[in-house]
This record gives sequence, structure tokens and C-alpha cells, in this order.
Amino acid sequence: MAQYNLKINGQTYKADVEPDTPLLWVLRDSLGLVGTKYGCGIAQCGACTVHVNDSATRSCVMPVSAVGDSKVTTIEGLSEKGDHPVQQAWNEVDVPQCGYCQAGQIMTAAALLKRNAKPSDKQIENAMNGNLCRCGTYHRIREAVKVASTKTN
Amino acid sequence: MSNLTNTNRRDFMKLAATAGGGVLLGFHWRNADAKPAVLDAAAEAAAPSIEFNSYLAVAPDGKITIFSPNPEVGQGIKTAFPIVVAEELDVDWQQVHVAQAPLDTVKFQRQVAGGSGSIPHSWKRLRQAGATARQLFINTAAQRWGVAPEQCTTESGAVLLKGSKKKLTYGELAEEAAKMPTPTDVPLKDPKDFKLIGSSIRNVDNQDIITGKPLFGLDFTREGMLYAVVERPKAFGMKLKSVDSAAAKAVPGIVDVVTFDNSVAVVGKSTWQVMKARKALKIDYEKEAALESTSDHDRIFDELLNSDKNEVRRKEGDVDKAFKSAAKVVKSEYQCPFLSHAPMEPMNFFAHVRPDGAELIGPTQTPERAQGEAAKFLGIPKEKITVDMTRMGGGFGRRLAADFVMEAVKISALTKAPIKLIWSREDDMTGGDYRPAVKYRFEAALDDKGNMIGYKLRGAGINAGNPTRENNFPAGAVDNLLIDSAEHKSAITTGPWRAPITNFLAAAEQSFLDEVAQAAGKDPIQFRLELLEKAKTAPAGDVRYDVDRMIAVTKLAAEKSNWGKDKTKNQGFSLYYSHLSYVAQVGEVEMKAGKPELTKIIAAVDCGIVINQSGARQQVMGGVVDGFGHAMYGSLSFTDGVPDQSNFNKYRIIRMQEIPEVEVHFVDNGIDPTGLGEPALPPTGGAVANAFFKATGKRLYKQPFIEGLSGKVES
Repeated sequence: MAQYNLKINGQTYKADVEPDTPLLWVLRDSLGLVGTKYGCGIAQCGACTVHVNDSATRSCVMPVSAVGDSKVTTIEGLSEKGDHPVQQAWNEVDVPQCGYCQAGQIMTAAALLKRNAKPSDKQIENAMNGNLCRCGTYHRIREAVKVASTKTN
Repeated sequence: MSNLTNTNRRDFMKLAATAGGGVLLGFHWRNADAKPAVLDAAAEAAAPSIEFNSYLAVAPDGKITIFSPNPEVGQGIKTAFPIVVAEELDVDWQQVHVAQAPLDTVKFQRQVAGGSGSIPHSWKRLRQAGATARQLFINTAAQRWGVAPEQCTTESGAVLLKGSKKKLTYGELAEEAAKMPTPTDVPLKDPKDFKLIGSSIRNVDNQDIITGKPLFGLDFTREGMLYAVVERPKAFGMKLKSVDSAAAKAVPGIVDVVTFDNSVAVVGKSTWQVMKARKALKIDYEKEAALESTSDHDRIFDELLNSDKNEVRRKEGDVDKAFKSAAKVVKSEYQCPFLSHAPMEPMNFFAHVRPDGAELIGPTQTPERAQGEAAKFLGIPKEKITVDMTRMGGGFGRRLAADFVMEAVKISALTKAPIKLIWSREDDMTGGDYRPAVKYRFEAALDDKGNMIGYKLRGAGINAGNPTRENNFPAGAVDNLLIDSAEHKSAITTGPWRAPITNFLAAAEQSFLDEVAQAAGKDPIQFRLELLEKAKTAPAGDVRYDVDRMIAVTKLAAEKSNWGKDKTKNQGFSLYYSHLSYVAQVGEVEMKAGKPELTKIIAAVDCGIVINQSGARQQVMGGVVDGFGHAMYGSLSFTDGVPDQSNFNKYRIIRMQEIPEVEVHFVDNGIDPTGLGEPALPPTGGAVANAFFKATGKRLYKQPFIEGLSGKVES
């Protein structure tokens, strides 16, 4: 076991875990930030997507020992009031079916819009292709990313 | 740590407590005829629950709570049910607070997410309950004002006195209403007056979903709870011989290793610790049944299809005679592989078995089954077992089974601790309960005018039960018909998978009918319309589908797709009736750089009245994407009893770049609504295969289609 001071959502969290523990499980089990989901454990589905220094990152394959001083943002910290433009768009377009993958989808979309405020359809598809939605809400995800890109932060 | 299920329960109890000082109204779930009751702690304790079936509560402060009793798996029931109640109650949607009710089938009767059955089951009783409550508030206000109830009306959760400005909100009337007799024979709204039903209402859990609130089973935690993973035999057909758990027990954080059935459970303080310790288990297995490979199944299918020991499912006329006299015979075979349900949230469940009962919390499509199986295993009355339903991260039929619930129960019973069982993705994908692999042989006899005078379907499945749906179209439309089936019993476990059996049968049958239409020299839609006309005017035996509704969705799909008008479009048609809803689809394939690509699917849907436009469209679009994705890519194969795919790196789920455009059109016929969780999926594979045929001239006889498309089409 080792002590880690993690910078998450603008706060410092302490975690006493083994160094190989994936960030995903530190968030979920140690810190109670369960908005980040487990889907595959091998970076294939995107349900566990968080931002590490503003980049969309699969937390299921990132050992906590590799996080260091990086700034981590989870779905809980994407906005204070749950009104990030991407979150607003997700509600307006009524994207979720079961909803399980949507936190990861939203984090991927938010990272995309941060580096490319007006992505084309192709750019949206390329960015979102790593996030699986078993319910098949892809049409509305694509639409919601576009709606979000029209909102100012 | 926050915890949604307790929040829900607290909501439930808080309302009761509110009523301790005031009122909580309850209405009989079954026929809305029970007396409303005043609930306080003492009254609740004294009143047998059978007399108080609460799913609608109005607090004196005006808060209106509608309890949604059915498990929410992404089908949108938690939004749709309350819409129906709110419509008849005549309240604004903004006034409604929706809460998930726990398992209580005495109060709620049917609490299942399966078979697209919730809406047809509950439509009338939901309306009656809302309407009865509305009438009760009218009667209460009328009494207070000293007028006849007929002089009153309602609007936005308040009773109004016609021709005056007098107004009393339901909240203001709640306490008095609780003492009034329950109205009977209350008329329901005229559907033309519906305001909420038929509108577009967003998922009631949206805000919690998009902000990452704990909603799902995997999110549930309880102080002192331990985590558990289970190691199961790698191959279907193996059983546990011996376990050496010493090394696993030595891993930090591990509390216990327990063995039951063919399973070894590692129990510890965190998910990662138990996942790691599990790798240190040393387990020997031994063979107890045949270790089957996919190549074995291919051989078995042919043996079954050629055997004469098939169970007859439906027989009309004289099939042998029809085929002997036929001008043309068409014969084809269609095959599909096993599929994993692969919901994004893997199986998991919380169980706390105590000496006096058990508490179960988690994602289940059948909470009553979970309760019943736990009661049987523990040898205690089911009333001693509570089940709380979390929102489910998909299910697709997998959570109809209770195997994972029972694992949690057994681990908790053995360790005497509150535990949460977690399946890894690999556990989920290799853990069985699959969509069964099936192969069909279709034969059709045509007369010299291209009429289908004979039809044979033989189904062979691996643990598929009856792999036919013998009363579905074209049964009823063909005078000489024989449908039979055979089954191979395997150690590979199977279960219902979204639109059980029809998820592939429809694709196979609709592809075959396309072949028959081609052989008859007829347009595929015209060919089906002729068959439907025959089923209507000169039916062959029972007709268990509504012919007019079949015709209406067919014509709507043809109209919306401009069927056959644009010769540059490669269109394929498909029509299927399942789970009480009617769906016709047209797929369109374009050649892009010499390769065929499915670009669009147009769906015409008759599910009767559409309760929620947004939710209904979602179900159809999702069903089409699911049907297309699995037809194209889905495959779980076996080598010596071991699944060849164990995670999303090898098991292909459709991704955003692969989706076609999907267009949805509903038939507006005012018929009582039916479910939509499943019916949009079955026809998709057929529309897709037929469109690919139009583009390439090649039939797709085997799923996943990607195997038949790649390499065989010139690029």
C-alpha cells in the first residue's frame, strides 16, 4: 500500500492503495466517485473516461501511481451545477436510455470540444468511436455533441 | 457515501412520514377500487399492506409523487408509466416527482422488465388509478363548496369550480380526500384530450445520469460492505475438483475465500484487491459433460435438420402434395451464432443475509424471481427478503436470470457479511446464458402463377427450446404448411436475449421470403401484401396477428421509403410482428468505392398510441442499431467448451462510425399501446440482408454478415 495525494475536481483526495490499482477503482471504491463507470477494464469501451490534464483518458488502465500531480476531472467535477454545455445538450436531446455509458460519453465529448470547439460530423465520429453504447444511442450522442458545440461555455 | 437506493427508500418513507402529520393517498394497484387511507406510522403498522397499494401520493404541501414499480433497464418505463398516471390525474409534468418503488407484488402485481409487457399489462390500470384520484379530488372539492361534482373540473393539479374563480389544489384537498369514499366507474379521458400522452418527455433520470449520481447497482455501497468476485469453470462442461486458496488468501485486503457449487468466491475490501487475488487461486477442474466447439455445433445442426425426429409445431393442409405439385421450389438455410447480452453494466448484486432475513439490492429485470430463489435457498419466507431495484445499465434479457443474485446470496450467507458481487467483463461474456445458436431450413412451393402454396420451416437450436414461432406470419397465409423443430442439449447455458428467438428468426424468415418473391417474379412488398390478403380473405388455420395492422405498417414503410421509385437505391424490405407490436423496415445500401454500405433504415411502427414520443423513438432507433450491429458483427464462438471471445476487443459491438441513418414513423391509430423494448429489433436483419442482396446479388445466409460480405464483394 502507498499513500497518494490526488488532484481531482479541484480538490486533493488522499488514497491509501496499492500502486497498480487502476485510477477507476480508486475513484469508485476509495473515494466514492462512482460516476466513472467500469465497463471492460481494457480500454475498449470508454465507460471509465475521465480527463487527465484535460485529455480524455481511460481510467481503467491507468495505474494510480502514474497519476502524479496531474489534474483529474471526473463527471462529478465537469461542472459545479451539472450544467456544462455538454451536459445541457445531453438533457435537451434526451440522449440516455439505460444511461450507464453516458458519463464516459460526456467526458469524451467535453474533451473533444475543449480542443475543437466546432467539430465536423466526421471529427465527432472519430472522437466518439471509442465509446460503446449498448443501447445504441449514437444518433442522439452525435446530435448532442453538435448542440453542445453551439453553446458558449 | 451517498447511495441512491437508500435515497429512494428514504423518499418513500419520508412521504409516509409527511403523512404522519398529514396524508398519503394510496390507490389499489389492481383495480383502483381500494379505499384511500390515511397513513401514519401507526396506521401503516396496523394496516395490512394488501389493503393499501400505494403508487400515487399527494402530500399536503402539493408534492405529487408517482411510484414507478417496474425495473428500469433503459426501456424508459420509469418515465412512461408516470406519464400515463399524470395524464389522467390531470397534473402538469413539472409537478410530478417520480420514485422507484421496491419489490412488492402484493401492491404492484407485475414488476418485470421483459417481453415488452409492462405497457400492455398496465395501461388501463394506470389510467384508472390516475382518473380515480382525480375524481376523488373533484368529489372532495364539490363537498367543500356544496356543489355537484359535475360543476367542477380540473387543471394542473387543482380542482376548479366552473364559472367561478374558485380553485383548490390537490395538496390542499389531500387530507380531506383521504376520508372520502373511493369513486367507482370513473370515466377515462377521451384520448383526443391527452396532453402528456403523445408528447415528448425526457427521461426522468437525465439529470442524475449526466452528473454521475449513484444510480446503478454497481454504484451501491454500504458501510462495512465487502466486495466479491467469483471464479467459475473456464469451459462449459467442466466442474470443480479442488481448490487451493492459500495464495489468494495471502493477498492484501482479502478477507475470505469460499466455495459453493462450481464456484470459488474471493471476498475482500476492494474490487481491485479481489480481482488480483482471484488470479492467485489454484483450481483443478474435471470434465462432466461434452466440451463443445462451434465446429461441433455446425455438424449437430445438419444432423438435426436432416433427422426425422422433429417436434411438429404447426401443420396445415398437405405439405407433401403441395411440394410435389409445385412449379418451383425454393430451399435455403440460415444460421446464427451464440451472442452475449453484454450490457454495459456487468452483472452485480448486493446481498446481506442476516439470521432474520435478507436484503437484496441491485440490477434485476425480475426482482420477484430473485426474492423467490433466495427464499427457497435460505429456507425462509419470502416476506423476510427485501429487494430494491437499482437502475440497470442495460439487460437485454440477461438480468431476467437470478444466477448472479444467488451467487451474492450464497457468498453473504457463507461469510455472514454484507457483500457486493461484481462480475468482470470477462465473467459477463464467458458466463453463459447466451442467445442460443440456431439454424433454420426454409422451403417454399410456388405454383405456376407464383403463389406460395406450400411452406416448411424446420428449426434446430442449441438449448433453444422451440426455435420457431409457429403462429407468426406467414402461418395463416399458406394453405399447406409444416413447422417443426429439434433441440440439442448442451452444457453451454442459454437464455432470453432481447426479442428471444425472433431476434434471428425474423431476419432469416424475411430474407427467405425475399428469395421466394424473387423466384415468383414479384416485388417483395407486393408478394407479402398478396399473402396478407390471403390471410384475411381465406385464412389457413388460426391467424394470430392483425392482418390489417400488418398491411398498414407495410404500406407506411413503402410510402416513407419511396419504395422502388428510385432505381439507384438498393432497398430491402422486412416485416415482423412480435411482442404485440408491428414493425416494417426498409434498408438502403449504397455502393461506396465499390463496397456496399448500409446507409439508411426506415422503420414504420405500430405500437398503438405512442405514450412518449422521445422515449418511443429512442427504443426504435436503439432496437434498429442493436439489430443491425449484431446481425453484422455479433459472434460468440467456442473451442472445447471455452468461449473464444471474452471482452470487447474481440467481441464486436457496433460503434458510432458504423451506424446507418435511422428514420422512424409511427402509425397513428389510437389503439391501446403495446411495448417497444423489443419489436423494432427483429425485422432489422432481414431489411439489411435484402438490401445487401439488391446491391450485390449475394444472399447473406449466416450471421454475422460481415463474414459473408468481406472478401466476397469486389472492391
